[in-house]
Amino acid sequence: MSGTDRLEVRKTYKLYVGGAFPRSESGRSHPVLDSRGEFWANAATASRKDARDAVRAARTAFGGWSRRTAYNRGQVVYRVAEVLEGRRAQLAEEISRAEGLSARAAGDVVDASVDRLVWYAGWADKLAQVLGGTNPVAAPYFSFSMPEPTGVIAVLAPQGSSLLGLVSVVAPVIVSGNTAVVAASASRPLPAVTLSEVLATSDVPGGVVNVLTGPLSETAPTLASHLDVDGLDLTGLAGDPTAVELERSAAESLKRVRRAPAEEPDWAADPGLEPMTTFLETKTVWHPIGV
Amino acid sequence: MAFDYAPAPESRAVVDLRASYGLFVDGEFVDPAAGGSFKTVNPATEEVLAEVAEAGPADVDRAVAAARRAHREVWGPMPGRERAKYLFRIARLLQERGRELAVLETLDNGKPIRESRDGDVPLAAQWFFYHAGWADKLEHAGHGPDPQPLGVAAQVIPWNFPLLMLAWKIAPALACGNTVVLKPAETTPLSALVFAEICQQADLPPGVVNILTGAGDTGAALVAHDDVDKVAFTGSTDVGRAIAQAVAGTHKKVTLELGGKAANIVFDDAPLDEAVEGIVNGIFFNQGHVCCAGSRLLVQESVADDVLERLRRRMTTLRVGDPLDKNTDVGAINSAEQLAKIRELTAVGDEEGAERWSAPVELPTSGYWFPPTVFTGVSQAHRIAREEIFGPVLSVLTFRTPDEAVAKANNTPYGLSAGVWSDKGSRTLWAAGRLRAGVVWSNTFNKFDPASPFGGYQQSGYGREGGRHGLEAYLR
Repeated sequence: MSGTDRLEVRKTYKLYVGGAFPRSESGRSHPVLDSRGEFWANAATASRKDARDAVRAARTAFGGWSRRTAYNRGQVVYRVAEVLEGRRAQLAEEISRAEGLSARAAGDVVDASVDRLVWYAGWADKLAQVLGGTNPVAAPYFSFSMPEPTGVIAVLAPQGSSLLGLVSVVAPVIVSGNTAVVAASASRPLPAVTLSEVLATSDVPGGVVNVLTGPLSETAPTLASHLDVDGLDLTGLAGDPTAVELERSAAESLKRVRRAPAEEPDWAADPGLEPMTTFLETKTVWHPIGV
Repeated sequence: MAFDYAPAPESRAVVDLRASYGLFVDGEFVDPAAGGSFKTVNPATEEVLAEVAEAGPADVDRAVAAARRAHREVWGPMPGRERAKYLFRIARLLQERGRELAVLETLDNGKPIRESRDGDVPLAAQWFFYHAGWADKLEHAGHGPDPQPLGVAAQVIPWNFPLLMLAWKIAPALACGNTVVLKPAETTPLSALVFAEICQQADLPPGVVNILTGAGDTGAALVAHDDVDKVAFTGSTDVGRAIAQAVAGTHKKVTLELGGKAANIVFDDAPLDEAVEGIVNGIFFNQGHVCCAGSRLLVQESVADDVLERLRRRMTTLRVGDPLDKNTDVGAINSAEQLAKIRELTAVGDEEGAERWSAPVELPTSGYWFPPTVFTGVSQAHRIAREEIFGPVLSVLTFRTPDEAVAKANNTPYGLSAGVWSDKGSRTLWAAGRLRAGVVWSNTFNKFDPASPFGGYQQSGYGREGGRHGLEAYLR
């Protein structure tokens, strides 16, 4: 029997919450079109309840993930890069179909995504020294400061760059010990679902990253106003005036907010530290010195 | 026999108060456009100290325009090493006029002269001295290779440490090349106005520092002004929330240092007399008008009775009264409004079933006063365990295990500070690692230094003040 006779087994694209792949509790799905406007697949439509469930999963995962050693978190993020490398062909095809890129350009995007994960993996056990240190106080005290993760971060992933952009906003959040609830690109969600499968097989504990698909109008207001969310990355709303309302909503519990840029960033550029530092707190400890 | 303290008042003669003060805009004292004014009183006596101008929207426009011009033409282009010298000058002037500023601060705020003389004023000078040194080293501060000032900073500060909070705001802003418009609190405007004179004495270029006195409306207009690039606020969480909402969708960078409900955890192996000193310092320092006050005592059950007995004994020796007396430990509540708030929340403590004990002190008959007070039998659900009282009122809860202590300490939407008392180094570091708070004092409390970053987690706000970290708030 030749390969062409065999009927392809298609994948059901689901949410990724608490380490599992549920359909939306609402039972809804929505059609996802490829870059030529043709039907590609149905994706789960995350509801407000799904968003709340994801926040709960992220909160549950936060204690364990934030208390792991930095070395261990670095290895886990590196492991994501390893597993992603193994899925190169699949993701390149999906990116090509989602973003209309040539096969070669799409492959380059996957390579850049792997490299970005590797770059962030290395940051895990460097942040405390680069961002922390001892404070030369004018009294007999040992005073030192160190970065700590902010907590549960809601990330609105970029609308355009369905994998590199996604990795570039998720990796900096989790590498320092935060957990994330990610709203994937509304029109190009499928690479995010496949990345979820990578995460699920990369030693990333369940709940550290949760991925929701569907229109942002459903999930974003819930995440922005949720009292158990500590930070909000609005990158996914580049140039979108609705970001203002979400920032205002986030102010209710004084979330740390990464504002929406005027347009989607150049994901090939050096990210700098800001994607990490926005979701880090500085803790200062004082202890007396004496005999 | 008991020895009585003889009165030991600090002289007021060193302060030369004017009958009225204008706004400080573009290097000069000016009358407000709309002509409003308000009185500032000594909270220990209710004596009117001076009449102060109330800035309106036109004054905010004028001050922001002055700051913008100064930033564009003078302060922004000035080499860091020259900016540094101005800040060093200011630090020296603050030291030279230290006694005057301490007395003035105590008159306007009600805090004990011992604290303003040994704490607020020297720390304010140190803040300028520390940040002066950064002005020409910013590219080495780890905030990028070519850090740039933001522009005009709108700064709104509270009444609990008027001069010190001014220094926390103005010193880093200026060091980083920004110009400022600062609004002091309506009940404590005077030290900021003397600071304006110090800017004149330092020949600071006009418009680099502008001081607008006024109340909440003035602050709101300043924060909302279209031409400010940075908003820095220290005060209540409610106002901080309103500011975060007001700046949503703008380019303004924001740092907020807000309320707290800090836990002070005493383990059973703590050196108890030292811990009691730390508890007293944690909640009665500055009449408890401290955002990072240790207002929730969490004491391990096995030593709770012992600690409370020692605490009550120590509290009976606190000297409450004339803030200008050098022996005074606890001064006046800053305002009638704040006193009413403390009374209201403590009454709720009674109603909810907590047991109140106040130090047996004789309070002065005029002015605003509240005795050092402890509530025992407090549960986590009680409002006095959840809400910031911002007064000399301690709520006591107990715990059995270290995990329970940390869980109770973290059971708050705030996260500014915490204290840990234990003789075991590994235990204090363990607790310090698990407490969700921006500052953890281990076997000490209420320590501040310009080299040491300060600021909160969660609803205690965001951004840090002090140290290398604090510069980030004023750079891009």
